[in-house]
Amino acid sequence: MKRALLALAALALATPVSAETVAIINARLETAATAGTIPSGAIVLKDGKIIAVGAGVTAPAGARVIDAAGGTVSPGLIAPSSSLTVTEVEQVTSTRDDRSGKLSAGFDISYGVNPNSTMIPLARQTGLTRVVATPVLSRGGGDGHKHDDSGAEEFAGGGGGDDTEPMMFAGQAAIVGLAAGDQDPVVRARVAVTLDLGEAGARNAGGSRGAALVLVKAAFEDARAFARNRSAYDRGETREFGLSRVDLEALIPVVEGRTPLLVRVNRASDILQVLRLAREEKIKIILEGAAEGWLVAPQIAAAGVGVILDSQADLPDSFESLAARLDNAARLQAAGVTVAIMGSRDLNNMRQQRFNAGLAVANGLPRDQAMATVTANVAKIWGMTGVGSLVVGQEADVVLWTGDPLETTSWPKAVFIGGVEQPQSTRAFELRDRYATPSASGYPPAYQ
Amino acid sequence: MAAGLDPAARPDPFPSTYAPLPSRLTAIRGATILTATGQQIDRGVIVFVDGKIVAVGGAETVIPEGATLVDGTGKWVTPGIIDAHSHLGVYPSPGVPSRSDGNEGIDPVTANVWAEHSIWPQDPGFNRARAGGVTTLQILPGSANLFGGRSVTVRNVPSVTMQGMKFPGAPYGLKMACGENPKRVYGNRSRAPATAMGNVAGYRRAWIDAADYGRRWDDYRAKIAKGERADPPKRDLGLDTLVGVLRGEILVQNHCYRADEMAVMIDVAREFGYRITMFHHASEAYKVGALLAKEGICFATWADWQGFKMEAYDGIEANAAIAFRAGACTVIHSDDAIMTQRLNQEVAIAMAAGNRIGLKITEAEAIAWITINPAKAMGIDGQTGSLVAGKRADVVLWSANPFSVYAQADKVFIDGALVYDRRDPRYQPKSDFELGQPGEGAFHP
Repeated sequence: MKRALLALAALALATPVSAETVAIINARLETAATAGTIPSGAIVLKDGKIIAVGAGVTAPAGARVIDAAGGTVSPGLIAPSSSLTVTEVEQVTSTRDDRSGKLSAGFDISYGVNPNSTMIPLARQTGLTRVVATPVLSRGGGDGHKHDDSGAEEFAGGGGGDDTEPMMFAGQAAIVGLAAGDQDPVVRARVAVTLDLGEAGARNAGGSRGAALVLVKAAFEDARAFARNRSAYDRGETREFGLSRVDLEALIPVVEGRTPLLVRVNRASDILQVLRLAREEKIKIILEGAAEGWLVAPQIAAAGVGVILDSQADLPDSFESLAARLDNAARLQAAGVTVAIMGSRDLNNMRQQRFNAGLAVANGLPRDQAMATVTANVAKIWGMTGVGSLVVGQEADVVLWTGDPLETTSWPKAVFIGGVEQPQSTRAFELRDRYATPSASGYPPAYQ
Repeated sequence: MAAGLDPAARPDPFPSTYAPLPSRLTAIRGATILTATGQQIDRGVIVFVDGKIVAVGGAETVIPEGATLVDGTGKWVTPGIIDAHSHLGVYPSPGVPSRSDGNEGIDPVTANVWAEHSIWPQDPGFNRARAGGVTTLQILPGSANLFGGRSVTVRNVPSVTMQGMKFPGAPYGLKMACGENPKRVYGNRSRAPATAMGNVAGYRRAWIDAADYGRRWDDYRAKIAKGERADPPKRDLGLDTLVGVLRGEILVQNHCYRADEMAVMIDVAREFGYRITMFHHASEAYKVGALLAKEGICFATWADWQGFKMEAYDGIEANAAIAFRAGACTVIHSDDAIMTQRLNQEVAIAMAAGNRIGLKITEAEAIAWITINPAKAMGIDGQTGSLVAGKRADVVLWSANPFSVYAQADKVFIDGALVYDRRDPRYQPKSDFELGQPGEGAFHP
């Protein structure tokens, strides 16, 4: 207990209390806004906001001045779909709050957010300042670590769920801030309901796509019927609904077009089915995955639907991604689609997000569009206002990098969230520093 | 006695039929060359003919008459990348259950299986890896078992048969696995091993069996040599492999994440008189860098793919860099059909994590982590892995510094033959599986 109290005290000490006025000068500014990239300029952060940014900007009197010495300042990165803050160790089920196992659309991921996750400081060291925590299916969802050759698919025990009862929807997503010491980091809960279609959705519906789509449409119809007459439902005077009350409640803002449905699909034909579903049901959607998106890029663009994708996906690793290719992001962007690039769902590897943006550039995405795919576009797709670009009036969520933010050999020199400089320490760095220089004291590393 | 009944009669029963593809006298001029011998040559020249490197040097290097000249100005040249940990072919794309051939997960000791018998040469992943500069791979069985079986080393060339890819003369590896996977797989079935101590008991028991088996064959051969009558022991394929390790002919490739478990495995090896060639994954190599250096054991890891399970919980980005500076033989591997396409970047991330804390690792040093060091750990360093006259001409021409996120392999040569060219569709092979599919060969620009 004493140790726990000490740890809390240390945390409190590490927590910055108030925002100061900060000017970062001599910086290359990647604004991810109409100003594009400003080769040399300054940015001023005050009262949690960006109050000046540009080539002619100077440090106001009394500001703490940071000389970037040619380093780059970018908006804080936003992970567009992640298990960060709701999971600690992927293969330790008790640390996983990114999946329901019982509820469908009603599952609310925001209740599981842990601001003290050791993965959050690590994520900030990848330039992340915000994350959209999105639920995954308890079985057959879009997550999973592929880097351990134990044949996990063959041997995994699975994460719960009842194989006879299709849950369809994975639950409700939340936008979460990553500021150190913020014990109430949920920016907005219930920002979307997530749905896996394609192979995972088919499996979840008992085996085929035809069943999955029918169940989804039936659920929407039930939600509308429920919304029309809650009191009849409470008196037991309605027909039987396929989903529970809490699940239907969660679907109401979706069928009313107020909250988007995040749909995970990859096959071109599945994407077209989802676009049609959105038209017919008059709902808002966001696509995640979309490995074959480039085949139907004009249709996605015409529907005005944003796409969250992993730009590394170039393998025909299933029959729903046979046309996966590295220039998917570039082609979608060229067709006019708003593209957000995600990292791996692996928890401590969020940094992949910026490398994935770099990879998209290597495969045809214009460099001047790349920063937006991990910042402004994510904000746009998720309807976040006041974040995602270096523009006066926006939240002062900014990162100062040693070099090109998308490069393998760069790292963040300083991360600001709401104008507050974040501590650099992470559990991984403490381990690193303990072992990088062996002690000559004769005592084990534990004394270091 | 049929040859198949005596392990010594035909030690190579599935021989390589690999033959280098047609090549020309080629010279790349003007590129920055990383030789993987610690050297960086600016505006360098490399010449290869008949599949072998004949010259590597500065701008003054003589280019023989008639050479096909490749302009390397502004570009970089490295040895072909070697992925020491791959499951291409055994866990191919598409990853459907009927093609899931990487783990013989029915018994904790399956030293009798050989990964080469699971390889599907048409795995499109081989083509993607080649477009990322990978010229040689070690294909391993998975880690469900204490002893997963034999690995095989392949040249990354398109081939209708597995034998057509096999690296001639490369030693076999034996896949062993520490830690969570074996005990989870078998413990969940209420059989041994169910614990870490059960794992170790399983290794020791198998080595005792192997020693006994080896002795029976030795006794038999001694009697035959003396002209005495003797019945040959019954051949056991699994124990053959373990005996091959005890004789130093087969290299131990040991999946092991934690520092303390690596130390235990080193003692098991000492107890039974074999060597561990390389620890794979080795997320905690940074805690025992000096020990690995002293024992002469390589370790292969990722830059930052860590934390997804308890035995990887202490994984850090600077793992490779710290253990490297402690003197350990450092390798970056993929274990993944996506990452293998960008091992150059994985090395860059690992190097940068070290340089962030002042370890001052150069690109000329770090390139060894995906070239000559894996070659050493696979027993093929005499033939490939560095740009040295006389070695196989396994060469990659990069569009830019390969440590950059924006770099791509422009041309890839294996044994001097152009096997991939980003700008020439004639050198962008497709597997049979890819023909007629919506994404046919689609990864090329």
